[in-house]
Amino acid sequence: MKRARVAYAGAIHEAIPLAFGDGTAGLELEDGRRLAESQVVWLPPFEVGTIIALGLNYADHAKELAFAAQQEPLIFLKGPGSLQGHRGQTRRPQGVKFMHYECELAVVVGREARRVGRERALEHVAGYCIANDYAIRDYLENWYRPNFRVKNRDGATLLGPWLVDAADVPEPGNLTLRTYVNGELKQHGNTRDLIFDISYLIHYLSSFMTLSAGDVILTGTPEGVVNVMPGDEVVCEIDGLGRLVSTIVDDAVFGR
Amino acid sequence: MTPSRVPIAVDVPPYRLSGSVYGVLANHPSLPVMLGDASHRPPYHAPPRAPVLYLKPRNTLAGPGDPVAVPADVPELESAASLGMVIERAACRLEAATALRYVAGFLIVNDVSIPHATYHRPSIRFKARDGFCPLGPAVVATQRVASPDAIEIRTYVDGLLVQRLNTREMIRPIARLLEDVTEFMTLSAGDVLCIGTAAPAPRVRPGQTVTIEIDGIGSLGNPFVRSEP
Repeated sequence: MKRARVAYAGAIHEAIPLAFGDGTAGLELEDGRRLAESQVVWLPPFEVGTIIALGLNYADHAKELAFAAQQEPLIFLKGPGSLQGHRGQTRRPQGVKFMHYECELAVVVGREARRVGRERALEHVAGYCIANDYAIRDYLENWYRPNFRVKNRDGATLLGPWLVDAADVPEPGNLTLRTYVNGELKQHGNTRDLIFDISYLIHYLSSFMTLSAGDVILTGTPEGVVNVMPGDEVVCEIDGLGRLVSTIVDDAVFGR
Repeated sequence: MTPSRVPIAVDVPPYRLSGSVYGVLANHPSLPVMLGDASHRPPYHAPPRAPVLYLKPRNTLAGPGDPVAVPADVPELESAASLGMVIERAACRLEAATALRYVAGFLIVNDVSIPHATYHRPSIRFKARDGFCPLGPAVVATQRVASPDAIEIRTYVDGLLVQRLNTREMIRPIARLLEDVTEFMTLSAGDVLCIGTAAPAPRVRPGQTVTIEIDGIGSLGNPFVRSEP
């Protein structure tokens, strides 16, 4: 099952996917209203708890950024202000030289996990969604890198469109990820190339912190990140999870 | 108890805490002094320019009196005292001159870590363990705190004074810190932003109790206990 959270006509709703007769994709609210994608405001598809992100978790991307593979997962945390949903806008500050998307498989925790072994780790997963976790490399500093100014910016982490039940994703360790910028394929990878896979990450994290329902693990991004500019449309796609769309906007949209 | 002092509870207005507690690295000059030239060498290459933040996630939050578990494989923990400000309403692109209007009040934060020598990578395994962020005992309204940029913070281990610092020593005072942080991220109502801690932080062994006192804010005590294996 796929579920979204959307705002429509003054309230927040749950929604499921809908295919219209003419082949276009839409959604159906829990109360039966049938709508086009563009008629609603898409929110992150679940109540998000702690946001845990992985850096350099694909060997090719680590190489792209000239890093040796890690002995231990590179974990960083993000605050809730970084989040937005499908079809959101992300600001590119004036004068920045390198801002890039990061298409990632997001793993959503469904029940409490504390000191969980690898073999049982996936039992704690509620489902999966797509994440696009933008970074602005101009602001990198070597203190708690990647520092918040790079990776914890308002609206720079999109989740959605759907939360897809774990039962409907039989092989989370074999999903193809693709990112298109203005329709052109720029990033291509597969979760089979994760350095630390999902089971290991849940095992590792739960060895020192209790994971709770709604916590989400952004598992990292493969190679193929390129600079994006105001006006660009960025589409992140993962097999079976859908397409997560975002648009880059400039300072003027935010009155800066 | 007066109305401006309410117990720490995430659901009690007007100081409903969001559960996001942000710390800031090296806002007290003691860490730069301790690191010395190392700040200019790899892996750092240069001292921090913008505020360097970290998040204490919801699993770390604890209240007054809650025991702090010392993991079985470490002899002691660091207990770093900080003044925490509780954000009153959405704080985006604040100006220092008016930033304090966005602060509902103040509380005490005990930022607990497993001792570690490097600040190059986020230290989640060392800083984000369950119960590693006791805070409280209450939020004291901003209007009742005369000079938040000049108050003393004292840490006692088993009653013995082990650290004393003053918020006036901070590199970025409260208003400036708010301006520089909200330039790149919005703080929301109930978020806690800590003003910074002094290095080296006091070390605490299982069986000891840490009490942090901040003038005008109160006192926060937590026993440290050996974790169950």
